Amino acid sequence: MDQKNEIREITRDVFFATVIRMKMELWRLVQICAVRVEGGYDMSYSFCRNYEMVTLRLHVKEDEEISSITQVYPCAFLQENEAAELFGVKIRNLTVDYRSKLYRIDQETPFKEKG
Amino acid sequence: MAKRSIVPFGPQHPVLPEPVHLDLVLEDETVVGAIPSIGFIHRGLEKLVEKRDFKQYVYIAERVCGICSCGHGMGYCESVEHVMGIEVPKRAKYLRTIWMEMSRVHSHLLWLGLLADAMGFESLFMESWKLREKILDMFDATTGGRVIFSVNCVGGVLKDMDSAMLAAIARTVDDMEADMTPLFQTFLKDYTVQSRLKGLGVLPRDQAILQGAVGPMLRASGEEYDVRMLGYAAYSDLDVAPVTATAGDSYARCEVRLKEILQSFRLIREAIGKIPGGDISVPVKGNPNGEYFMRIEQPRGEAIYYVKANGTKNLDRFRLRTPTTSNIPPMVELLKGCQLADVPLIILTIDPCISCTER
Repeated sequence: MDQKNEIREITRDVFFATVIRMKMELWRLVQICAVRVEGGYDMSYSFCRNYEMVTLRLHVKEDEEISSITQVYPCAFLQENEAAELFGVKIRNLTVDYRSKLYRIDQETPFKEKG
Repeated sequence: MAKRSIVPFGPQHPVLPEPVHLDLVLEDETVVGAIPSIGFIHRGLEKLVEKRDFKQYVYIAERVCGICSCGHGMGYCESVEHVMGIEVPKRAKYLRTIWMEMSRVHSHLLWLGLLADAMGFESLFMESWKLREKILDMFDATTGGRVIFSVNCVGGVLKDMDSAMLAAIARTVDDMEADMTPLFQTFLKDYTVQSRLKGLGVLPRDQAILQGAVGPMLRASGEEYDVRMLGYAAYSDLDVAPVTATAGDSYARCEVRLKEILQSFRLIREAIGKIPGGDISVPVKGNPNGEYFMRIEQPRGEAIYYVKANGTKNLDRFRLRTPTTSNIPPMVELLKGCQLADVPLIILTIDPCISCTER
């Protein structure tokens, strides 16, 4: 079975509407991943429906704040907290906010800098 | 009006093999809310990818978890192989599949034992783990390790199995299948088990999808989703179909895992019958450059491996989304409305693996 596994770049202004549409179309949220890139982060939100997989790629500047998708997909809270704690991604309106205490680590945002 | 209180549960608890903490909000004996808390065993293993050669990192990926060791190694290798455009020899794909299915049997038998123990059914616990020993012996014979073992490498596998070894595995699988029958009957038919599991922790299909459940937890709610259907490793050559149940309760989750053990026996036999000869690995030249999301079906459910490479020997990013990460949010939903005494059993039925989750 050869199924779609694509990455779509998406801008902030249509991001939330797209996530809501994904939910209406019964896509399952399967993962959220932060990656450090120059000047900020790439946030990847992957969704599956049947065996298709689509990843929405949102570029976030370092000092930029993004909205949590926990209002739409409540199950996102662990992975969004992880991105906030390990990378320092600024995420507002998390339904469950661990305030950088999810992993109980001493070092602040250890994944922010390389090495 | 019911008295509201907050009861801490874990991180140390008799039913929990690994540490997870829950703040349970109770109204009398009924749970009305739960806030999960992890972070007791975070090791920062994803970060290590920046300091280890992408080939060396296989050993770290295999040590993310004690039970899903083979699967994590394979998931990592397959994602790097995809980025590098490496075609793994067919024999290596079959060997990976055989070890993966053995891992599934191992994991499910371990879970069945823990479940029986949590119900106070000690003889059933011992029978389950007695059977599990046979799988561990097979791991020992084929890899040199009983629980954590290193067999994967980028480009194939490190160890081969000769025909005598494959025949011995097929015989052991036949013996185990025969031994499984009374175990199967007890788990599915015994009054004690049924009274403890039926109707407990019901997860309807729509909630399972909304809350992002994966693996046996999702399939027990009636969703036909098993990543093996995508045909990675040698699954495209084998007769795989998702094992499902419809009730969505703890009993259904137990039923799915039991039937998956029997399915794994069949897949192991089928793979042994079809395994081709030839090399077990190909030489890997150069460094990876690119990114890929790889999905594989671990015993606990869908796991997602993401690699981003920059053309050097060190990857930019490796991300592992484990099945338990996805199954914790639906578990929290399951707890709402249950009795305090049922909390341990409901937590156990998601088959939590916290060392995987925290990495």
